[in-house]
Amino acid sequence: MEINSGIFLLVGAALFSIGLAIVLLKRHAIMVLMGVELMLNAVNLNLIAFSQNDPERLQGQLFSLFVMIVAAAEAAIALAIILQVYRHFNTVQLDELNELKK
Amino acid sequence: MVLLTKNVLYAAFFLLLTLLGVAGLFVLAGADFLAVSQIMIYVGGVLVLIIFGVMLTNKNQTKPTEYTQPNHILTQHRSWLWALLVAGGIFSVLYTALVRGNFVLLHQGDVTYRSTVDIIGRQLMTEYLIPFEIAGVLLLVALIGATTIASSSRKK
Repeated sequence: MEINSGIFLLVGAALFSIGLAIVLLKRHAIMVLMGVELMLNAVNLNLIAFSQNDPERLQGQLFSLFVMIVAAAEAAIALAIILQVYRHFNTVQLDELNELKK
Repeated sequence: MVLLTKNVLYAAFFLLLTLLGVAGLFVLAGADFLAVSQIMIYVGGVLVLIIFGVMLTNKNQTKPTEYTQPNHILTQHRSWLWALLVAGGIFSVLYTALVRGNFVLLHQGDVTYRSTVDIIGRQLMTEYLIPFEIAGVLLLVALIGATTIASSSRKK
C-alpha cells in the first residue's frame, strides 16, 4: 500500500500543534507532560515518514528509536518529580506552586 | 481529544488511543520494529506510569490550608486565547511550508516493504554503537535517579 508521505507530515504537524496547545493551556503538571509526549511523537512520525526513502541505512528510524528512549527516561524522571511536588505541596496545579520553599 | 477534555484520567486514555494510532501510522510507513517498540514503550510503560501518577496525586479533598490547596483531578485552563493563537500560528506556518515545498527528491525509487529488524540490529551494533551504549547508560541513570527522587521521603 502506497501512502503519500505528505499525509504523514500533515498529521505530524497537527499532532505537534495539539501538543503545544496542551502544554500552553493546561495547568495540571501531568497534562503538560502528556503534551510533551505528544510533541515527541509528532517528531518521531516525521522522522519515520522520511526514513522510508532510505531503506538501506534507516537513519531516521534509528534516530526516532533514540528519541523514544530519551522520552521514556524523561517521563520517569518527571513523574518522580511530580510525586515529590505533590508530597510537598499537596497539589500539582502549576499556577498554585509559587514558592520554592515553605 | 487530549486537548478538549478536562479530566486528567480521560486525557490519559485519549492519549492511549492517540499513541496506538501513531503506531498504526508507523506500520503504514514501513517501520514495523518502531511500531512494536512504540506500543511497548509508550503504551506499556509511559502511559501506565502516567496513569499511576494521576492516581497517586489524586486524593479526596482535604481542607485548604494557608499553603496548600486541594488537588483536583480536573485540570484548569489558562486563557484559551494565547495558547490557541500560538499553536494555530505554528500549525499554519507548518501547513504552508508543507504545501509549498516540493519534495521532488522523494519517491524516486519504488519503496519496497520488508522487515527492518535485521537492518536496525546491524546498524545498532556497527554504526550507532556508541549512541546505543550511551542510551543504555542514560536509562540506568534515569532509573536510579527516578527511584532516588521518588523515595527520598521526608526525613526530618
